[in-house]
Amino acid sequence: MSVRDLSRHPLAALAWIVPIITVLPLFFPSAYYYRIGALVFIFALAALGLNLLMGFAGQVSLGHAGFLGIGGYAVAIGPAYLGVPAWLAIIGGAVLSGLIAYAVGRPILRLKGHYLAVATLGFGLLIAIVLTNESAWTGGPDGISVPRPALFGLNMRRSEPWYWLAAASFLLSAVIATNLIDSPTGRALRAIHDSELAARVLGIDVGQAKLAVFAISAAYASVAGSYLALFNGHITPDIAGFLNSIELAAMVVLGGMGSVVGSLVGAAVLVVLPQVLTILHEYEHIMLGLILMGCMIFLRRGIVPSLQAAWAGARR
Amino acid sequence: MLAESLQFFFSGLTVGAVYALVALGFTLIYNACDVINFAQGEFVMLGGMTTVFLALAGLPLPIAALLAVAVTVLMGLALHRLAIEPARGASPVVLIIITIGASIFLRGVAQVAFDKNFHSLPPVFGTNPIQLGGATILPHSLLVLAGAGAIVLLLWLFIDRTLIGKALIATATNRLAARLVGIDTRRMVGLSFAVAAGIGAIAGILITPITLTSYDVGTLLALKGFAAVMLGGIGSALGAVIGGLALGMVEAFSAGYLSSKYKDAAAFLVILLVLFAMPQGLLGRGKVERV
Amino acid sequence: MGRSAQVSALEAERLSIAFGGVRAIDEVSLAIEPGVVFSIIGPNGAGKTTLFNLFSGLYVPLAGRVLFAGKDVTGLSPDRLARRGLSRTFQNLQIFFRMTVLENVMVGRHRHETTGVLADLLHLPSVRRQNRRTREAARAALSRVGLEAEAERRADALPYGALKRLELARALASEPKVLLLDEPAAGCNPVETKELDAVIRSIAKEGITVVLVEHDMRLVMNISDRVHVLANGRTLAEGSAAEVRSHPAVVEAYLGVHGAQEAANAFG
Repeated sequence: MSVRDLSRHPLAALAWIVPIITVLPLFFPSAYYYRIGALVFIFALAALGLNLLMGFAGQVSLGHAGFLGIGGYAVAIGPAYLGVPAWLAIIGGAVLSGLIAYAVGRPILRLKGHYLAVATLGFGLLIAIVLTNESAWTGGPDGISVPRPALFGLNMRRSEPWYWLAAASFLLSAVIATNLIDSPTGRALRAIHDSELAARVLGIDVGQAKLAVFAISAAYASVAGSYLALFNGHITPDIAGFLNSIELAAMVVLGGMGSVVGSLVGAAVLVVLPQVLTILHEYEHIMLGLILMGCMIFLRRGIVPSLQAAWAGARR
Repeated sequence: MLAESLQFFFSGLTVGAVYALVALGFTLIYNACDVINFAQGEFVMLGGMTTVFLALAGLPLPIAALLAVAVTVLMGLALHRLAIEPARGASPVVLIIITIGASIFLRGVAQVAFDKNFHSLPPVFGTNPIQLGGATILPHSLLVLAGAGAIVLLLWLFIDRTLIGKALIATATNRLAARLVGIDTRRMVGLSFAVAAGIGAIAGILITPITLTSYDVGTLLALKGFAAVMLGGIGSALGAVIGGLALGMVEAFSAGYLSSKYKDAAAFLVILLVLFAMPQGLLGRGKVERV
Repeated sequence: MGRSAQVSALEAERLSIAFGGVRAIDEVSLAIEPGVVFSIIGPNGAGKTTLFNLFSGLYVPLAGRVLFAGKDVTGLSPDRLARRGLSRTFQNLQIFFRMTVLENVMVGRHRHETTGVLADLLHLPSVRRQNRRTREAARAALSRVGLEAEAERRADALPYGALKRLELARALASEPKVLLLDEPAAGCNPVETKELDAVIRSIAKEGITVVLVEHDMRLVMNISDRVHVLANGRTLAEGSAAEVRSHPAVVEAYLGVHGAQEAANAFG
């Protein structure tokens, strides 16, 4: 295989992320930047899962933060109340999220367009409400603290190990997602996006496929939520709230629907920008609103597809 | 038992009237340009909050209310001109995120321009509740219901009896055809935003004496209004009103008989159940996909 | 020679369906022998596409049965019918516009792909081998319709005529036993129609049963072994192309009573 063939391989698009991940920390002036980096990769992981559902399969979910909440509270409740170690709680949360997605997805994914949007919205809100109200388990609106896990003797209170862990997890998930693209399941999902009708008459079980991708995307979000909770050492029901759901959806759209790398770009923009503007804490919502509107109006195809189109145009 | 139910019925009707107006605003804009305007709830918030602060600044209440509606209508027009028009042709998800961004933006503005506290307005006919069949109802609640009914009636008259109203319906039904007969569809869509904003603002002013207002009441209102639209069937104005009232009822009765902690949840649970059973809502037209 | 009564490839038994009180298909029965080219014709609104939708599981009939290879498949979902060997194209194209031409046809191979979701996620060697096989089969289907040069282009870059051929290639890639073609010649110029004629003949020669809904009478008359005429949701006539062409009721249905008289007068 020549270098050109290698560069056309789908995983080649991810290859350049590795040097960036490893080189970037050399420029970090302080530990704070490790924290930002970790947050970017954690949210990128959740956005990647949502991208599978929205960008590939063409569905929409405005309640995906609900799964962030399930994963987050799993690592809070598991070790504290059930004596389960953190890593098992992460897996348990992901499995639980997948099962809930499977159960709820059956009726919900029969809906389309705005109806699907509001159904997923309602679902996400329901999870947030339950997490707020069941204070015996969840500590109510103020949340509960999350015991930091022990990982190979590393001090998990510092941000640095989280940066590497989150980056590695994202990279692994990105490889898995890219694998999906060039596979029967991936092609089936993309077919469903373009024409459910044609997909059906070609033998694709559309309902089953949508459920599968919904469950997978839920698991991704759950793991991200677990990481978030363990990283922060604390969790509140806001993690499952509407604002987070919208930010996740915006990350997917902003980065570019259907682009694996786009999930990372979208997450980077929507995590870093508000941090940069944190000095204007009072104006946080104003800024966030302007960013969302501006990005969607001017970069509506998403950053990565727009860049790709510009690159293709320039090469001609 | 009956008195209790009646009480819930009244409070459900009152809050349902507000949901109905929010849902009506949604439907107006959706029918005109296929956009679900999440900032609809902020129009309600702006109506109430602006009135409160203008009154606090010394203006007499009626003037404050009028100005508040005017300001909100201007916001609606600005939203259309600056955020929706430039994004014409974008996919539905993008448009949804834009209106959500607009809603977050307006909330941020309110946070800075006003404050983060709860505020109220004095109820118009005093605070003595009226006894009705063993239940009590505030005179102001009756005003809310009357006001909502008047708005629905005026809207219907406007659409059915005036030329502009007909032009609006034409735009909603078939934009290309409307343009071909000379209707300025961009103006019509802008008009729908202005009217929706106005309706929202009036609803906000009406309901503030009963439910109070603050800078972030918009979000949940928009979500419930949206849910009411889905319940009634998207695109149907009558469905919006019925959906809003029904939602208010579900909320009031579940808060009363089940648990008030979960009253918001009850609303969304009902929406989910209705959507599963009737995907096109109560009055919606099911789309038949032609192959 | 073999049994005189062969199991039909596709059969409708007194099929009926109604939309809003109007019977779109009313007690239609027909039996299609394996390996023939069978055309369904009729004036606009006769119910031809509705019949196709009934055959391919998109509609569930009000009454009557659909039989596939002799077995009752009434009410089966489209994907289950596809897995039994039924394939179809659409009157208004249902192309996967965001995928490349090759990928479109690869989706057509779906029912022959056996790897599960887990294997797909991990891109196991079995998936890689399968991808290679799928790609080869897809390319073969593309070359049958003359599109192999466009394999890597995005589908939305192709002109209308090419898209019709793409949909045909996609349906062929699934190796169907019965192929339903909904107005394949619509919008095609005479050259394209001639090419289509040749492709359909080669498909039929492989033993695939081809069922055609078509308006292009020349194509229908040239290529069909049997023709079934629908009007107002009911069977009007059935027979060979020649028999149907001169059937008075058929002429009347297309040209109207007045028109039929005119035609009779014109041709003596």
